[in-house]
Amino acid sequence: MSRAALLVLADGRFPAGGHAHSGGAEAAVKAGRISGAASLEEFCRGRLHTAGLTAAGLSAAAALGIDPVALDRAADARTPSPALRVAARKLGRQLLRAARATWPSAELDALGREFPKGAHQPVVLGLAARAAGLGPVDAAYCVAYESVSGPASATVRLLSLDPFDATRALARLAPELDRVADRAVEAARQVVDEGVDALPAGSAPLLEIGAEAHAGWPVRLFAS
Amino acid sequence: MSVRSGAGVRSVARIVARADGRGGTSLPVLESDGPLALRRTRATGSETRVMLVGAMSGPLGGDHFTVEARVEEGACLSVGSAAATIALPGQAKGDARYDVRLEVADGAELHWLPEQLISAQGSDLHVATRVELAATARLVLREEQILGRVGEEPGRLTSRLSVRVAGQAVLDQELACGPGAPGGWDGPAVLAGRRAVGQLIVVRPEFAAAPVTAGVLGEGASVVPLAGPAALVTAVAPDALGLRRLLDEALASLPRT
Repeated sequence: MSRAALLVLADGRFPAGGHAHSGGAEAAVKAGRISGAASLEEFCRGRLHTAGLTAAGLSAAAALGIDPVALDRAADARTPSPALRVAARKLGRQLLRAARATWPSAELDALGREFPKGAHQPVVLGLAARAAGLGPVDAAYCVAYESVSGPASATVRLLSLDPFDATRALARLAPELDRVADRAVEAARQVVDEGVDALPAGSAPLLEIGAEAHAGWPVRLFAS
Repeated sequence: MSVRSGAGVRSVARIVARADGRGGTSLPVLESDGPLALRRTRATGSETRVMLVGAMSGPLGGDHFTVEARVEEGACLSVGSAAATIALPGQAKGDARYDVRLEVADGAELHWLPEQLISAQGSDLHVATRVELAATARLVLREEQILGRVGEEPGRLTSRLSVRVAGQAVLDQELACGPGAPGGWDGPAVLAGRRAVGQLIVVRPEFAAAPVTAGVLGEGASVVPLAGPAALVTAVAPDALGLRRLLDEALASLPRT
C-alpha cells in the first residue's frame, strides 16, 4: 500500500461534494450556539466524540471488509434524523463516483449496484480506503477528521471567522482525534466476532434536532 | 433474588404478560427483587398495568439492576414507576449498571413509561435498554434523563437505547454525559447546557406504509420517522418539567391509531 493514498482520499479537494455540507454548523450558528472560535472548538469536540466516533467505527469496519449492507443498516439505526440519512447517502453516492474513478475496484462496483441511491458515506469511505490499499486505521482517521474539518471550514464562511482560528481549533483536537480513531478501530475489530452491535453508537441530540430544523429552512447556504 | 456483596447489589426483576383469552392480560410472572419492587395496579380494558416501586434508593456505585419484561402474543402491558430513579454514588467502588430488556411478540403492545432517571453528583451509571419487537408488535417507550438534582452538577451517565423490529435494528444510540464523559457533551453540538434530555419511541406496524412526517417543536425537540416502522422524538430542555411537556406535546402530535 501507499500511505500517500490517504492524503489523496482525505484531501478537502477530493471531488466528493463534502464542501456543500456544514455538519450541523449552519443550524448551530443560526441558533447562536456557535459564535466564535471557542464555541466552534466545543462544537467540533462534541461532534467528534458522538457522530464522528460512530462514523469512524462504520468506516473502519468497512475497511476491514465487513459486509457493507449490514454496516449501512447499522448506520441507519444510528442516524434517526431522516435529513441526516439523506445527506449521508447523497455524500456516499458522490464519494463512490469519485472513488470508482480514482481506484477502480470490484467491491466499489458491487456497492454501487447494491445502493443505487447511495450508501452511507462512512461505509463508502471505508471501501474506498480498501480500494486505495489503505486500512481501517486510515479510514477511521479520515472520517474522524472530516467530522470536524467540515464544520470548521463551514463556520469560516458562515461567521467570516479568521481561518487561522478555525485551523487552530482543529489542531487542538488532534489528541482527541487519535483517541477516537483508536476506539473506532478497536470496535471495528470486535465486529468481526460480535457483529455490528459492537460498533459505537454515539449520538448528539442537538445535532439531530438542528438537522431537522435546518432541513425545513427555505433558504440555506449548506445542504446539511 | 438480590444479593448484597462487596461489589454492590445485584437484582433482577421479571414481568411476563400473557393474553388471558377473555380480552384481558394476565401476569403469570411478576417477580420483584430487592430494590426492584413490582406492583400490579388497576387494569383498563385489555391493558394490565404494573408499577415499578423503588424499595430502596439506588442504583448506587457497584449495583447491577436488571428489569426484564416479556409481552406475549396479543397481550397488552403498561409499565410505569412510582417515582424518579436516582443514580447515587455508593460505598462500593466502580460504576453501576441498569439493564432493561424488553420483548414484545406479534399483536402485543407495551407501554414503557417510567419516571425520570436523575444522575446525582458523583454517581456513575451505565444504562442499557434493549427492545426486541416482532413484526406486528407495538411499543411506546419513554426515557428521560435529568443531569443532576436542582442546582447540582450531574454524575456520569452513559445510556444506550437499541430497538429491533423483526430482528432489524431501527434505533441504536448512546448518549454519554457528565464529568469524565468524552469532551463536548455539554457543548453546542450535544446539550449546550440543557440539563434534561429524553427520547420517546413509538413503534407501530402502520408506520411502515405511512411514516410520520419529520418536524421540530421549537428548538428543543424533533419528531422523525426512523428507517423502519417507528417514530422517534428527541428532546432537550432546561429541566424535567420542560422536557416532559415537550415529549407529551410530541406524542400528542402523532397520528391517532
